[in-house]
Amino acid sequence: MNTLLDVAIRCAAMTQRKRLSNTQSSSQSKRQSNSFMTQEEDEDATFTQPSTSQVQRGLEKLTPAQVDQKTAEVVQYILVKDQKKIPVRRADLVKHVVKDYRAIYPEIIKRATRIFEQVFGLKLVEIDPKNHMYILVNNLDTPVPRASPVECPSNPKMGLLFVILGVIFMKGGVVRENLIWNILKKLRVDPGQKHEEFGDVRKTVTDEFVRQRYLEYVRIPHTEPVEYEFRWGQRADMEVSKAQILVFMGQIHEQDPRSWSQQYREAHASSTPSSTPSSSQASSSNHR
Amino acid sequence: MSRQLGDSHRRFLQTMMAIGITNEQEAKALYQHCCETHKTPCVTDKLDEFIEAINSRLQPMFMQIRKGMSEENGLQYYALVNMAETDITRMTSDYTENELELFRKTIDLIVSSENGKASSTDILNSTDTMTSKKMKKSETEHLLTRLVQDKWLCERRGEYTLSTRCIIEMEPYIRAMFQDQVKVCHICHNIAFQCQICENPSCGIKIHNPCVARYFKGRVEPRCPACEDFWPHEIPEVRRLHSQSKK
Repeated sequence: MNTLLDVAIRCAAMTQRKRLSNTQSSSQSKRQSNSFMTQEEDEDATFTQPSTSQVQRGLEKLTPAQVDQKTAEVVQYILVKDQKKIPVRRADLVKHVVKDYRAIYPEIIKRATRIFEQVFGLKLVEIDPKNHMYILVNNLDTPVPRASPVECPSNPKMGLLFVILGVIFMKGGVVRENLIWNILKKLRVDPGQKHEEFGDVRKTVTDEFVRQRYLEYVRIPHTEPVEYEFRWGQRADMEVSKAQILVFMGQIHEQDPRSWSQQYREAHASSTPSSTPSSSQASSSNHR
Repeated sequence: MSRQLGDSHRRFLQTMMAIGITNEQEAKALYQHCCETHKTPCVTDKLDEFIEAINSRLQPMFMQIRKGMSEENGLQYYALVNMAETDITRMTSDYTENELELFRKTIDLIVSSENGKASSTDILNSTDTMTSKKMKKSETEHLLTRLVQDKWLCERRGEYTLSTRCIIEMEPYIRAMFQDQVKVCHICHNIAFQCQICENPSCGIKIHNPCVARYFKGRVEPRCPACEDFWPHEIPEVRRLHSQSKK
């Protein structure tokens, strides 16, 4: 395995998990709709967010046990979907799980969010307020990077992802695909060939990472032959720390991260995840 | 009783969700690691209480971290299991209807067997009696590979056994479906597939291979704990603790 990728993998293992400091970062997102968001709006139009009074009335008709049960089902459903890193569509959630409890939908989501935080250390985030899609993001703090005694299966591909995210960030947030392929080739990760660790590299990068919302792979208009460009995906925005990417870049180029003043400023801006202590539940719930 | 959890519990749970099953030694190391990472005191031998706290919060979602013994090496394992259904429908998100039917048939073969194993030939033959869409040989082989990869089955030399994770998770289903047929270990009282049986026809108690190893360790003349007849089977060695096989 190439040394550079080794560093990337170690770095990725350290910072793979990041905490969100604010909940509604998605509302600031000005993302273009992705190529695979198609006719969801039609189905979603049949569900309108109930008003507070509607929710109140709905709750009065149900027992606490019924509401808890439905909340548990929603939690399970989202966990299963998220395991495959597929964003959960609100329309699907309502159609398949919530069903005739839709009048109290906001209350269920509120309770489910609390369960995700308190039990799983995960944050339920709406990454697309227009099409109403949710993902689960890790909410746990990693104050000191340390290796886990148990090997988590996801790591090898994270290293590859990290390299790509790093390049995109250093280049100002968007790069033409050829640059990525050339850099990977230099690391002996050839997109045209099957890689021992990553398999079909091109597929992993342009399909898997994109579906998981780690990357965006967008066609550049008026290019002949067709060219695409890469950007950070919504999940990367929430889970990956730009500050740590800079640390990693510093290691590779043997430079102080501060020497990239623009990126350094961006990485340490207030909206970026930082290593502040995690939420109140964690620090006060030491029940030993 | 529902308990307050800390980040150490959450990290432990997240890891369990990622790996599915782990042996006792690794679970203890993970517990320590989680506590150290989040600067909470880690009390040795309190792992079960730590897990109990997590379980109290998982219970409404019908999830639990349960403990079980591997029939291969006798070690204790912790697995995150879904308690929602007693049927195999828990796997519906990953397997099609006819794949699940074949899996049920495989379990059937294993339960009815003496040695807790089903040969690939027998499994292939059982596709003849399928009621849902029949599976071709190649499809069956592919399915068996996936079941092994997903840690439901183990394979050795063309023979399939239920994985530790499968036994821990499916125990209620198997007990319900195979009430009379299912074997129970006389020593530890859990369901048993790979076990030894007392040869006395009026006794016939079953003991897991690792339970045999432990129970009869050091005894010159092994005798059945129920009927005291001579225990004729070969007594396996007690496996060393550092056996790291993941089941």
